[in-house]
Amino acid sequence: MKWKKVLIYAAIACCSGTGDVMLKRGMQDLGSIELSHWTRIFQAFIDPWVVLGIVCLAGFFYSYLTALSWADLTFVLPATAFGYVVTALWSKYFLFEYISPWRWAGVLLITCGVGLVARGPSLTQNHKQNDSLPAMKEQHELV
Amino acid sequence: MNSFKVWSAIAMLVLASSIGDILLSAAMKRIGDLDAIRSSKGLIAVVKSVCSEKLFLLGLTCLIFSFFCLLVALSWGDASLVAPASASLTFICSAVLAKFVLHENVDRRRWISAALVCVGVALLANSN
Repeated sequence: MKWKKVLIYAAIACCSGTGDVMLKRGMQDLGSIELSHWTRIFQAFIDPWVVLGIVCLAGFFYSYLTALSWADLTFVLPATAFGYVVTALWSKYFLFEYISPWRWAGVLLITCGVGLVARGPSLTQNHKQNDSLPAMKEQHELV
Repeated sequence: MNSFKVWSAIAMLVLASSIGDILLSAAMKRIGDLDAIRSSKGLIAVVKSVCSEKLFLLGLTCLIFSFFCLLVALSWGDASLVAPASASLTFICSAVLAKFVLHENVDRRRWISAALVCVGVALLANSN
């Protein structure tokens, strides 16, 4: 099911990237936390941006586990890397940070890697099944 | 000596997070399709089945341990070295473990993808 792959990839990448950026935005409100006043860290939990970030990261973990329940780890991992790309885009357009050409090159490489693996099969069929049902294996490779 | 300490922390971090990912993946394969469980039995059943799976709890422990290794590594070395090195090495290490432990079919397409993502992450995290 192609739409399922696309949806779960998008959910993993968007939730992890957005979550990180929301946490960063929330911590900007809070300012730097010194060891001598470490209890200030608890104020973070009432900051709406931080709460939003935690909700996004919880969503990431749920979609990551869901993806792992029906796809290979090596299929799902590039989607988590795509979260870095989402973070870079948010950083530029929401936090107005500068993105150097090297970072854009990194974005391009990750995108190529994700595109490459997403076009392949999502799950390794077990060998016994493959041996007994060669037609099914061929069919799986084509999906 | 200091760089040895930093690289040992990075190695621990990479190993712990890769083993954590492998355990999570194995746990989720045992539990089965979460979408199917959620639609038939509801979200609470999903949480129950995930939290009662020993491999999941073990994987989670590894990921928590890797987080502490990250904090230690960051306190010893520069973030500009630790973050990209650990993130990109984790991709390669996880792919290798997925092939030999989970017996996943890591074909040429997935190796190339892992390498591209690894270099991409290093570029993204390292350069200003």
